[in-house]
Formats: sequence, C-alpha cells, structure tokens
Amino acid sequence: MSQPSCSLRPLHLAFALDGPPRRGRRATEVFDPEHYVRLARLAERGTLDFVTLGDSFARPGPDALAVLARVAPRTGRVGLVPAVTTTHTEPFHVSTAVNTLDWVSRGRAGWTVEVSGTPAEARLFGRRDAAPADALWREAGEVADVAARLWDSWEDDAEIRDTATGRFVDRDKLHYVDFRGASFSVRGPSITPRPPQGRPVVAVDATARPARQVAAAHADVAFVRAEDPATAAAARADLRERARALGRDPDRLLVLASLPVELYSSGDAVGLADLLGDWHADGAGDGFHLRPADPARDLALLVDGTVPVLQHRCLLRRFYPGTTLREHLGLPRPANRYASARKVSS
Amino acid sequence: MHLAAHFPGVNNTTVWTDPRAGSQIDFASFEHLARTAERGRFDFFFLAEGLRLREHKGRIHDLDVLGRPESITVLNALAAVTDRLGLAATVNTTFNEPYELARRLATLDHLSAGRAAWNVVTTSDAFTGENFRRGGYLDHADRYTRAAEFVATARELWDSWTAGGVPRPVTHHGPHFRVRGAFTLPRSPQGHPVIIQAGDSAAGRDFAAATADIVFTGWGSGGRPPGKCSTRHSTLAAGQEFYADVKGRLAAHGRTADSLKIMPGVTFVLGDTAADAQERAATIRRQQVSPQNALLALEQVWGVDLSGYDPDGPLPDIDPDPESQLAQGRVRLADPKALADRWRALSEAKGLSIRETVIETTGRQSFVGTPAAVAEEMTAYVAARAADGFILVPHLTPGGLDDFVDRVVPLLQERGVLRTEYAGTTLRSHLGLPDPVRPVGKD
Ligand SMILES: Cc1cc2nc3c(=O)[nH]c(=O)nc-3n(C[C@H](O)[C@H](O)[C@H](O)COP(=O)(O)O)c2cc1C
Repeated sequence: MSQPSCSLRPLHLAFALDGPPRRGRRATEVFDPEHYVRLARLAERGTLDFVTLGDSFARPGPDALAVLARVAPRTGRVGLVPAVTTTHTEPFHVSTAVNTLDWVSRGRAGWTVEVSGTPAEARLFGRRDAAPADALWREAGEVADVAARLWDSWEDDAEIRDTATGRFVDRDKLHYVDFRGASFSVRGPSITPRPPQGRPVVAVDATARPARQVAAAHADVAFVRAEDPATAAAARADLRERARALGRDPDRLLVLASLPVELYSSGDAVGLADLLGDWHADGAGDGFHLRPADPARDLALLVDGTVPVLQHRCLLRRFYPGTTLREHLGLPRPANRYASARKVSS
Repeated sequence: MHLAAHFPGVNNTTVWTDPRAGSQIDFASFEHLARTAERGRFDFFFLAEGLRLREHKGRIHDLDVLGRPESITVLNALAAVTDRLGLAATVNTTFNEPYELARRLATLDHLSAGRAAWNVVTTSDAFTGENFRRGGYLDHADRYTRAAEFVATARELWDSWTAGGVPRPVTHHGPHFRVRGAFTLPRSPQGHPVIIQAGDSAAGRDFAAATADIVFTGWGSGGRPPGKCSTRHSTLAAGQEFYADVKGRLAAHGRTADSLKIMPGVTFVLGDTAADAQERAATIRRQQVSPQNALLALEQVWGVDLSGYDPDGPLPDIDPDPESQLAQGRVRLADPKALADRWRALSEAKGLSIRETVIETTGRQSFVGTPAAVAEEMTAYVAARAADGFILVPHLTPGGLDDFVDRVVPLLQERGVLRTEYAGTTLRSHLGLPDPVRPVGKD
C-alpha cells in the first residue's frame, strides 16, 4: 500500500502504563518488570512518542523511575517518562536520577514533576507536615529549576582528556549552580555529566491551577485533563500565554490533552481515532496523553486499531524521525545556559 | 571464593590516558563490565558513590576521571541485561531518608529478581552537605548511630508485609527518624537486599558485625588516599588480623563467622611471565601518577601550593601545614608531618624524585604475575583466612576485567575454588547466606 503524502503536522501520542489500582492477578503484575517491557515495546511498535508511569510514596507499587530504567535497555526508541515527586526527595538526587535515566536510555528520558500533598505521605518521612498545594508547587518549580541548572552545570564538551596537560576535564566548563530556594540550597556542580538530550524532557500535569505556572515556566510538555476539546483548547491557550509572558517561545511547550480511555474491541479503537481526529481539528492541543482502564488490553487495541487509522489520515507518523525523545517531540536540544553566558562575556 | 567487580569510574587509580580507556558514563561501559563479571560467575557488580566533585586548592580537581551516574538507576538498567549478577549500590545514610531509600532498594530487588545490595556509607562532611537540604550538619559522632537506625528502619519496612501479601503499617519513633504508614512494596525476593559495609574504624567494624552481610575493606586496595593505607604493608598477616578482628566481633551479636563475608578491594596486573607482569605494573603506576598527579598528591600531604616544584626533582624540605584546607572531599590525614618525614626519608635513602616517591608510596597492585601465579596467590589468601573473596578494582574502563575473566577465572574454576555455574538466582544464594527470617508476629 503506498503511503499518501502527509503535509499535516502530526499529533503527539503518549500512553500511561499504569491503570487504576486493581486487585488479584494485576497486583502482582505491578512488580513484574517483563510486564512493563512488553507494554513499552508495544508502544514502540505504535511509534508512540512516550510512555508515562505514575508514582506516589503511599500507593502500592515500585519506584516509577526505576521501572523505566529497567525497561530502557530492552527498548530502542520510545520515550520514558516516570513521575518523580519533589516534596520529600532531595533536589540533587532528583536531578541525577533523571539525568541517569537519560544516559541509560540514550536520550529518551523525561520526568513528570509531581508533589506529595497528603498527610499520609508526610508521615512516611516525619520531617515536614503536609503543606498546601500552592506551596508544594512553588517548591516543585524550584526543584525543576535547579535540576535544569544542574544538568547544564557540565558543558557538553567539559570532558577533554588532554594527555599533554594531564587534565581529564576543563574545569572552566564545570559550574557551581549556587541555587537558593525557599526551602533548600544546592551548591553544585552535578556529579553526573550533562545528559544526552542536554536536558531530559520535563512534563507537568497542568490541570490543577497551582501546577499551571510551574508548567508554563519549566515544562516541555504539559498534560491537561479535559472533558471536551474547548476546555483543552482554553487551557492550552492559557499555558501558551503564560509561557510567552515568562519570555518563553510558546511553541517549545507542547500541550497534550489527557484522556481516560477504555477499549473493548477494534471498533472502539477506530472510534477513538475519530475522536482524537475531531479533538485535534478543534485545536484541543498538540496531541494526547491516554490513560487506560486496562493498560495491556487498551494499548494493544490502540496500537493495532487506532494507530494505523491515524497514520492513514496523516495524523500520526509511521516511524521515529530520530532517536531521542526531544527529536520525537520536535523540540530542539537546549543550549547550555553557562556556555552561552561564557560566549557572550568573552 | 567470592568475587565482585568494582566499576572503574571516579577513582584516582583509573587510567584514562590509555588508548583502551573508554567512557565512564555511557551505559555501554557499565553493560560491558557487568556482562564480563557475569561471564566470570562473579557474585556482584559494585558502584561507589561521591556526591560532590572533589576540590583542590579551591578549584575542581581536574586530573582524575570524574562524572558518574546515579547508582540505583544504572543498576536497574543493568538488571535488564544480566541474569544472575548481584547489583550493589553505595548509598550514604546522611543525605537520604529511610522510607525513600528502602523503597528504591526494595524496587531494585524486585526488578532484578533478588540481586540487590546496598553498601551503607556514612559521609557527613559539610563539603558534601552543601548539595543537600540536610546541609551536612550531622555531627561526626552521630554518623553510625544514624546509619544503624537507618538500616533498622529500612528492615522494619522490608519486613512489614505479611507472607500473604497484606501491607501492615509501620510505626517507627527513634532519635533520628519518625516513620509511620504502610510500605508500598511486598517483601522482596531476597527478603532484604544484601547489606555491605565499608569503613575501617572500630565503630565501622562494630556496625558491620551487628548489621552487614559483607565487609568491603580497603585493605590491599590501591584506591585509598595517600598515606591512609600503605599497601606495601598489606601483607597476608595484616589481612588475617583484620579478618580475625571483624569475625571476632560477630559472636557478641549472636552471629556465626560465615554470616559475614570479608571482601577486600584489590587490584591486579597480569603478564605472560612474572617479569612481563612487573613491567606492566610499573607502566600502570606511571599512568596513574602523572607528573601533575604527583605534585597534587604531594600538595595533599603538605597542604600548601607546591606548583613551583619539579615532579622529577627532590621533595620539598619545608614542613606541611597541619591546618590546611587545600583538599576537599577526601579523607583527612591524621598526621601529615609524620607522613612527610617518612616520604622524605624514603626519597633520600633511595634517591627518588617526587614522582617516584609518590609512585612508591601511594599504592601498588595487589596481585601481579602470570594468571597461574595470581590464581594461586588469591586462593592462598582465602585458604589462610585473610579474606572470603575479593572486590576487583580494574584500572581500565570498561575492558579492565576482560583478561582476568578470560585467563584467571578458568584457573580458579579448575582449582575448584570458584563456581562454574551459579547455583541459585539471588545474590544471597551466591553468598551462601540464608534469607533473613521474618520477625515473629510478622508472618
Ligand atoms: C573500601 C572502602 C570503600 C569506600 N567507598 C566509599 C564510597 O564509595 N562512598 C563514600 O561516600 N564513602 C566510601 N567509603 C567511606 C566509608 O563509608 C566511611 O565513611 C569512611 O571509611 C569513614 O568511616 P570509618 O571511620 O569507619 O572508616 C569507603 C570506605 C572504604 C574502606
């Protein structure tokens, strides 16, 4: 079958690997790495941009970033975007863990910034009381900020291996970040060299108000949960406007409508393609983040039913254009802030 | 004999100037070394930790390999490309919280089907602390009390689900931690990840006797700071003494001698003949101690700027500055003046230059010889109760273990001291350690 020439800008597609909590057989699946490998490979067969995995210190299940690190060597293209919470975790550890996910996946890492807002989570740490969402998100924004500074704290060409002078690195290309937030400070530089993507992709669920400004300031991808295309489109316009006001190029912030899906048959899968096409035509966003009722079943139907239809309609690409998540998303590799500052000042 | 592989990343013995030296950060390097270790039927693969780039004279130390990934994340990825090899992460107890770290380690144990290990270290210097909320305020004396309570709390969490898979809330109220709530993971395949301890002080040895499954000792390792541990004296007798001391502490904790394995970090150099091996060893020492590194090692002892000195010339006759803040992120020397005097005496007696003196005093490969000689010596150390096995610290990334596995491992297997196949799938089974017993009332 010959491929029609596509001129449309394709939509981006992401899939959540975690369904709602279940009992019985599926509860053991949650701790089986092969379960996640199978799903991620399926997503890759459908040329999806990335898969997400949620996390919380209070919900039964393994550490999400660890699971996607376990999946990384068994997959080749699909982006890997775990949730990592910022409330009880050291910002320095968050930065190096996400950086390392980018190294082990060779440039396919992202990170969904999350906060831990419940008293139950606070009691697991016993260090601080539960705080209001506004305060937690302000702090999350600072963690996203310092994480990015730490990723930049090694310039890309800092490692020189200069045998003549005996120097392994050019220390002028390593930078102290000297970050002071309201509740923490970090001296830097990172212990981990700048990751393959320069900065892993930062995602934020911007549905709730307190997260929106963080998304506008720091995210590459924002998720918006919406019941209809108009609500999604309005949220997208709001996010782009906020990004513009912060001096960012709004096209560097992709907004994905986040939808619950439940597919029982290939007919549903084709129906989903119609729905996504309609929402897309109505300006609902740059693509979709699908949250399944049953990840394995819904992803199989999506990849075998929905994806080919979207491809046929030129709404989805047929192959990965590059190897990194940023390349899938059409986002440029960020320039290093310290290198650019040096260029300007010299 | 138990064997483990240390990844030669950030380390002042790792040679990066060799044409065969590869990346210390690309995943391919970790994969190569881990697969090689598994091919050699090693017990585990080991990653060290350092949470701040070392400094010298107020600037980032730029002569050694630096830049490392976050360990647990790398080990989870390695779990996908290995089947049996244990996966050990060094993670300190000062800049972490028990709930979070227990969860990350239990996850690694689940995702690797029972191959996780944790090397418990206690770094508490303010220099490293500047990267963390805690800020490094923890008093030196509190390091091991925090570590002990940390591990105990982690164990409460690891034990908290019933055998039937029902989470039971934990309530821990101690001087360092208050943890209340349910753990998110069922008991992991090994019950608890294997606990490793690295630290030579009496407090460290007691902590190991009470808590650890493995002791990683610096004895014999070339990776210690200058003067801290002169490997010239790491004789069989010194190994036996350490071994007897640590094992002797077990009974007080109701433990048997084989419940704790002692594994010194060791280096090795192989050659076709004894002379060939010695020549290679000397070449490696010269690669490890470049002229610039020789001056730097000297400055770390003297604590003053010695950049005007010629590395091929004589040692300075000035005395060290005992209050020096020159080197950051390193273990401090107890008595720099005494060490400087020893170095000067040696240099005068043998007519050694600065660089030659540093080469002579700061490290030496533990096992140098033909594959047969190395196999024999390693076997003899284990037979004489100087060690239960070794953590091999190769000097090259990532191929530093290739020769050992190709040439020494078959000889150890022929002698019957090293397994030819893994008997079980978990790290505890490789070590011959039983799974921890669930506390009464928790089943
Ligand atoms: C062989 C060996 C390896 C060690 N590796 C690390 C390491 O990777 N990271 C770290 O922070 N500390 C490391 N340490 C430091 C110890 O955990 C400990 O903090 C230090 O030895 C001081 O404790 P002590 O007084 O009991 O010796 C190591 C120590 C030894 C002996």
